[in-house]
Amino acid sequence: MKTNILKFFGSLALLFAFVISSVTANAGTKDDVTKKGSLNCGVSQGVPGFSNADASGKWTGIDVDMCRAVAAAVFGDANKVKYQPLSAKDRFEVLKSGQIDMLARNTTWTLSRDAGLALEFVGTNFYDGQGFIVRKAAKINSAKKLNNVKVCVETGTTTELNLRDYFKANNLKYEAVAFTKADEAVAAYDAGRCDVYTTDKSGLAAQRTKMKNPAEHTVLPETISKEPLGPVVRGDDQNWKDIASWSLYVMIEAEELGVSSKNIDSMKSTDNPNIKRLLGLEGDTGKSLGLAPEWAYNIIKQVGNYGEVYEKNVGANTPIGLARSGSPNQLWTKGGILYAPPVR
Amino acid sequence: MLRIEEIKNSVKKNLRLGNLIPQLLLLFTFVFIIYYFTSNAQTNMASRNISSGFDFLKTNSGFDVQFSLIDYDGSYSFGRAYLVGLLNTLLVSSFGIVFATILGFLVGVARLSNNFLLSKLSQLYVEILRNLPLILQIFFWYFVVLRNLPSTENSFIFLDFLIVNVQGAYFPKFIFTNFNAIFYGLVCAILAIFLARYYSKKLIYERGKSLPVFKISILCLILFTTIFALIGNTDLQLKRAELIQNFGIFNYVGGVKLVPEFLALLFALSLYTSTFIAENVRAGILSVGKGQKEASKSLGFNNSQSLKLIIIPQALRVIIPPTTNQYLNLLKNSSLAAGIGYPDLASVFAGTALSQTGKAIEIIFIVMLTYLSISLIISAFLNWYNHKIAFVEK
Amino acid sequence: MLINFIQWSKKSLFSNWWNSLITLFCIYLLFSIIPPFINWAILDATFSGKLKTDCTAGGACWVFISVWFEKLMYGFYPVEHIWRINLSFIIFIGTIGFSFFVREKYKLYILFFLIFIFPVIAFILIRGGFGLTIVETREWGGLALTFILAIFGIILSFPLGVLLALGRRSELPVIKYFCICFIETWRGIPLLTVLFAAAVMFPLLLPSGTFVDKLLRVAIGIAIFESAYVAEVVRGGLQSLPRGQYDAAKSIGMGYWQMNFFVVLPQAIKTVIPGITNTFIALLKDTPLIYLVGMAEILGIVNMAKANPYWLGMAVEGYVFAAIIFGVVSFILSSYSQKLEKKFSTENK
Repeated sequence: MKTNILKFFGSLALLFAFVISSVTANAGTKDDVTKKGSLNCGVSQGVPGFSNADASGKWTGIDVDMCRAVAAAVFGDANKVKYQPLSAKDRFEVLKSGQIDMLARNTTWTLSRDAGLALEFVGTNFYDGQGFIVRKAAKINSAKKLNNVKVCVETGTTTELNLRDYFKANNLKYEAVAFTKADEAVAAYDAGRCDVYTTDKSGLAAQRTKMKNPAEHTVLPETISKEPLGPVVRGDDQNWKDIASWSLYVMIEAEELGVSSKNIDSMKSTDNPNIKRLLGLEGDTGKSLGLAPEWAYNIIKQVGNYGEVYEKNVGANTPIGLARSGSPNQLWTKGGILYAPPVR
Repeated sequence: MLRIEEIKNSVKKNLRLGNLIPQLLLLFTFVFIIYYFTSNAQTNMASRNISSGFDFLKTNSGFDVQFSLIDYDGSYSFGRAYLVGLLNTLLVSSFGIVFATILGFLVGVARLSNNFLLSKLSQLYVEILRNLPLILQIFFWYFVVLRNLPSTENSFIFLDFLIVNVQGAYFPKFIFTNFNAIFYGLVCAILAIFLARYYSKKLIYERGKSLPVFKISILCLILFTTIFALIGNTDLQLKRAELIQNFGIFNYVGGVKLVPEFLALLFALSLYTSTFIAENVRAGILSVGKGQKEASKSLGFNNSQSLKLIIIPQALRVIIPPTTNQYLNLLKNSSLAAGIGYPDLASVFAGTALSQTGKAIEIIFIVMLTYLSISLIISAFLNWYNHKIAFVEK
Repeated sequence: MLINFIQWSKKSLFSNWWNSLITLFCIYLLFSIIPPFINWAILDATFSGKLKTDCTAGGACWVFISVWFEKLMYGFYPVEHIWRINLSFIIFIGTIGFSFFVREKYKLYILFFLIFIFPVIAFILIRGGFGLTIVETREWGGLALTFILAIFGIILSFPLGVLLALGRRSELPVIKYFCICFIETWRGIPLLTVLFAAAVMFPLLLPSGTFVDKLLRVAIGIAIFESAYVAEVVRGGLQSLPRGQYDAAKSIGMGYWQMNFFVVLPQAIKTVIPGITNTFIALLKDTPLIYLVGMAEILGIVNMAKANPYWLGMAVEGYVFAAIIFGVVSFILSSYSQKLEKKFSTENK
């Protein structure tokens, strides 16, 4: 009898061990990623222009290109990425637990997230701000005139908190109708459950394409918050953070230097030392990052410079249609605030 | 003496090695698991700079909730948000229990009807609604039925009383002046009803005659409240929801407002649970032997008397225990509100508050404990009640 | 024939004015529901096409189902590997079907196979490994995921449930009260909070850097939750067993585990099959809740597809499709369990 009991508890312990056994040591993210042979990248559950899958399962968007850039830097192949769609609620937990190597999910850079969650924001790949969309039939042209309205919002986001601050500051009455998924909030607004839908302005433009009749809606001019969106990595791996940061910076630098995916091969014969360094022809920028010398070349060749990425995904000629000129997402030399530290 | 002997025996038995080892092992494993989890949690929280503990309940929540029974907005605390969620859970559960019980009784009785069509239709109702996942039914009511209601400016208006549109249903608010008079009237009426019941019981024991207590009670209620209302000069006003226009946006303001999320959840919960209650009612009525009915007839009871005095009291003993379980299920199922954004305990606290604070362990613990205590309280109360009716009957 | 019908209807439909009124009302109800539904679902419906714009007849747009069929059934599972899911289900259903045709004493072996061997085979088939391409759990979805979780949930909960039931009847106080507390706690909380805990809270309880797959966490949560319900069903079976069985087993010198495994449980398990089936139906209806912790089961796919710009507002067709599947499966299972219940109750008399 005793042995039976021991056997029973022994098997319980075995079961327990099995559950715990899927342990992944967290040595260096870059080494882990190289060993796995692909980059696990957390993206949104579908925000057109940022990260969105089409019917065949192919992901596109400005955040997706960020993942591709890092993959290009590490592997020399931008396609070695596995995408994991995440809700706003889950994203940080999933990153912290190591299920993904990088989070590129239109995430706002805030102090509490950066310092409080022990995460590291690698930079800003899109400067955004929260806005409102209303039906044209509402005949409202300013957010200041929104009073006694019902506002659809995604729960668990900074959007929800900004919304309250704005209405309170302007002494306006409103009712927040919160949903766990952005899609549901948009559908609710579209069905008339709310008078207003609020999220980042890029999101408004993107979600508008998902409405029954996009032309019936208008985005109000006010921007009620600063939303610098950027990729995030875990805070315990400085090298990995640098790789992600500089993958973004070289795309901005390339645009500033006039290097694009189309002319990059002809640029190899240039005399400009900045471009030579960027392409890995002079000095070795990859060495200190632990990457191949042509890492930046791979990013620009396979993904493109920042301008190309922007125009391809959210630019004026896409369904999202966010004009770049006059927005903060313009190079510092052209009146925007995109500014990459020197690549040298 | 005997008891001491017994205790001694049982202690001895428990101290035997073969019996002691498994118990100690279980205890040890349990304590070890708890220790393992808490120590991990502490290191994890520390590495994330999340302070553990329940202090956050006092800090400002910063988010708003669309539907609340008490005053609440983002400047109130997380503790208050918990209360909002809890009250919303209790609200939808209690309404759901009332509607499910009424519907369940009707359908259960209808299934036993002599009318072929009616009994088959009720069977169909039960079989269909019972076999579909509740979450599917909630989605159906919310996304298909209530989402396709007309917009605010084209609302359905029934008799100037109920206004229905895609943003919800609005009833007028009843505003009484001098409500005290009616209250005292009610108190008097209840006293009178108790008196009547007492007298009728006495009458039955002494002379074997019965009074129509139910009719007398209703009469008392109407009579006393109207008389008191007239004397006390009570006035009732209906405060209807008003349509407010702000540029091109129309909104109803005022009145009693029921949001579509609440309605969808209420409909789905009531209909789903009613099918189980209907089955209990049917089984309960069937469990009362045919002989009982015949015996009551031969004693000279008429149909309603035999139903009221013989069948239902016996059937209830069979009906109540499983129905209690259904009430508890309804309460637990109300957590599915999270699927459509009705701000109940699960969605406000385990959803929004959790993602705004990141305090997963504390919040999940509080929410589980709350559901558990409500369940235990309800089942303790109904156990006591079961015991009582079982005792009285025997 | 006709006269019979008239007599019958007079008796059961129009026996008095009150009954007649009810009958008329029922007929009205049927007429206001069934013809419009048939019109919508069949007569005015569109069955063939590739796009939402093909649906011009005004009724249901079943094109939506046919276009999204693969996603609704299998989620984002790679198309070329779908046979692996199908094979697992064929093994499962085949084993259960097979068990109807074998003699009583082999049924226990089949049960053993289902509880201890089948989950391993199915897991390897569906997830991969041993030469099969690995399909990560985040790509699992659709109706298949619902069934996988429900079946795994009930199978995994069974051994634990049996142990809890035995523990609750144990004479050792620590074990007994531990089991009672365990069972009553799980029965007192909603499944959704268990899922939330598995999805959000559980990772915090493990050493940092440890990572247990989300699907596995959810499956374990469901299995533990369900084991409390299974325990109560099994306890009912244990209680129904005559005292003499225990005495007889003890008198031939069997120990506690021998007695339970060779005498008590084989008999008790047979009588609790209807109860377990009912528990399984309840679990099957609860499993779609995993949608609320972000898993792409069938309702999740419907909700996702209806937000697709090309398929806006196709919710009804999706829900009706899911409803038919759940309705049919749980109807079949519940009829089966009712039949068994009747059979056992007559056998015992």
